[in-house]
Amino acid sequence: MSVTTSFDPHLDEPEAPLYAARKKIYPQGVSGFFRRTKTTILIITLGIYYFLPFLRWDRGPNAPNQALLIDLPHRRAYFFFIEIWPQEVYYLTGLLIIAAMVLFLMNAMAGRIWCGYLCPQTVWTDLFMAVERMIEGDRRTRMNRDAEPMNLETFSYKLLKHSLWLLIAWWTGGVWVLYFADAPTLVKDLIQFDADPIAYVSILTLTLTTYVFAGLMREQVCLYMCPWPRIQAAMTDEYALNVTYRVDRGEPRMSFKKATHARSIGEPAGDCIDCQQCVAVCPTGVDIRHGADLGCIQCGLCIDACDEVMEKIGRPTRLIAYDTEVNLKRRKEGLTEIFRPFRARTILYIAIITAVSGVMLYALLNRAPFTVSVIHDRNPIFVKLSDGHIRNGYTVRIANMLPTDRVFTLDIDGLHDAHVEIIGGEAMTDGWPSVSVGPDQTRELRVTVRATDNGEEEPTHLEFTIRDEADGNTAKARDYFRTPHSIH
Amino acid sequence: MTNQTETNVDPRKIVGTTGHDWDGIEELNTPLPRWWLWTFYLTIIWALGYWVVYPAIPLATSFTKGVFGWTSREQVVKDLEGLKNLRGPMTAKIETVSLQDIEKTPELLSFARAQGAAAFAVNCSPCHGAGAQGFKGYPNLNDDDWLWGGSLDAIHTTLQNGIRWDANKDTRTSMMPAFGKEGLLKPNEISAAADYVRSLSGLPTEKDADLKLGQKLFTENCAACHGENGEGNQDVGAPKLNDKVWLYGPEKATIIERITLGGGGQMPAWSQRLDSPTIKSLAVYVHTLGGGQ
Repeated sequence: MSVTTSFDPHLDEPEAPLYAARKKIYPQGVSGFFRRTKTTILIITLGIYYFLPFLRWDRGPNAPNQALLIDLPHRRAYFFFIEIWPQEVYYLTGLLIIAAMVLFLMNAMAGRIWCGYLCPQTVWTDLFMAVERMIEGDRRTRMNRDAEPMNLETFSYKLLKHSLWLLIAWWTGGVWVLYFADAPTLVKDLIQFDADPIAYVSILTLTLTTYVFAGLMREQVCLYMCPWPRIQAAMTDEYALNVTYRVDRGEPRMSFKKATHARSIGEPAGDCIDCQQCVAVCPTGVDIRHGADLGCIQCGLCIDACDEVMEKIGRPTRLIAYDTEVNLKRRKEGLTEIFRPFRARTILYIAIITAVSGVMLYALLNRAPFTVSVIHDRNPIFVKLSDGHIRNGYTVRIANMLPTDRVFTLDIDGLHDAHVEIIGGEAMTDGWPSVSVGPDQTRELRVTVRATDNGEEEPTHLEFTIRDEADGNTAKARDYFRTPHSIH
Repeated sequence: MTNQTETNVDPRKIVGTTGHDWDGIEELNTPLPRWWLWTFYLTIIWALGYWVVYPAIPLATSFTKGVFGWTSREQVVKDLEGLKNLRGPMTAKIETVSLQDIEKTPELLSFARAQGAAAFAVNCSPCHGAGAQGFKGYPNLNDDDWLWGGSLDAIHTTLQNGIRWDANKDTRTSMMPAFGKEGLLKPNEISAAADYVRSLSGLPTEKDADLKLGQKLFTENCAACHGENGEGNQDVGAPKLNDKVWLYGPEKATIIERITLGGGGQMPAWSQRLDSPTIKSLAVYVHTLGGGQ
């Protein structure tokens, strides 16, 4: 290994500047299959985002009727038929694992389709670009306007554009907070300036981030702020479909005239006529013909642009296409193309996704409608009573996870002469104390167990069972009964 | 090692490399985006803002106060005020509802217990222990043996007025004479009395113990407060001597020590330090530890 040390004279005279200004990108409008796909996904995803908070879902009288609600003050999350308590946040872990694995699987199958079609940064930037194009005109017009000194017309166009951007950004931030409270109520409160200040601060923050990221920063977010391009570059392989310039078909590139001439005399001519359309339409300013690029979000707009040109000049389309590295090589060698969607990594990703989804589904389907947990008093571990009996104290917490009132009896097994008392407990059922727990609530109880000192050195196992009086279902928790002899 | 030359740039000839070469892997010398630099400057300006608006620079005897006039002390006062307001409605209920009704109402009970546990940790645990388990001379509040009564009202009274707390005129008070120190009993008599006290709860006594003398002395000197059979008297805070719970310990030496020195424990009158809802919450908390009567 060799490392250049500080005596290298070149290190003291950096050739490149330390900082570089952003080169403004003027993406051109384009039409075609990938543009239509992007537009469709944009409408669907933004449609979901903007309107989902208003979707209702009936959960009965004791629970909110918003289909998707993250109720932070009450520590509950609702997703259609699923309700999550804070201790069940491992569902979130599962979702994150699945999300990561789906991202990896997408990458192994078809590169950065997340970046190109689904990432919020892409979707909102696409929307903002559409607005820009609508107000200010297409690439050429915008470039010309920016090259001229500012005049009233340009200024008014820009003012209108930025106002519309801010409006969209504000709407975006405004919808975000609706996921955290009852949407119709919050909308009313927001309009009447009656909502929580946090709501306004959140809206303002997200308005600014949306405006800055989608309007001003755009590809800079992908190039400098997002970790995924770096990770993706390390995770792709030769079988993954990536937006690729088919260099074997395109080179040597030359003008259409020259190419026609070259072909007529039997000399090699590539299909690329160097029209720069692929660069013009690129939302991140990449020249795909240089090969795999960190900046390429693989949205396929250059494919649309190139196909249009190829059709015009009567050459086969898909000079730029979703292609794999292995096929690029094989075509050069005159071999047939191969596709291997099922290979070790994709199978592994699918297996992990299936396993985690399976575990989560199982957990959801078998979610306990109520739970009990027991904590033994830490101090004192036991209490000696005046008649010589020993008493242990416990904190018992019953969680009623259904939106209805329920009555539970508490039954403690393990000691033959146990006397159980719930402090503040209401009634007795069949000799066992019973308590009611409100809908979707927990109740903490102080429970004492009194028994004679058995003198044994091993603590006695106790099983706490709560039984739903209505349907007889039970939930159990274990703990110990300790005496002066078994406190070790 | 690769020599840094013009040829040593990436194929697109956009930027050169840094000249570093790790086993043939080189690093492009890509310039940072300028907005990143601006962001960096902005954070510096933002940080300077803190100096201006918040207390920041120490001076010889003082410090710069900052234009916001913020102090951590005032923040705490404000936070405590906010907390008090938040608990206001429940605290008001605790104040008006009777102790017995607090225990019967689940939401009041859990509020009072939480409030009581917090107050207990701050005010009571130094003597009674974090779990109210007590220490030698400081009663265990979990058991069913109460010096001055274990009912809600009795506990509440004890909390309010304290025990042998001269600053409170209603304080609970009584004084066991120092039988040994004052010379009221001779050492052999104290020994006999101690043996007799142990026998009251069925503890073994020494072989040569004069239980007869002990009983006589007990009847003459102790029974007035501790009862004929050592059953105790909560009116005067005289401990039960015929049960399994011992305030100082069941050993004969300990009993001799108590007879010799007399006296009794002290507890502050909390009405002078804590407000009424806190004392009521403490009473409920102690009562619901398990030994309440």
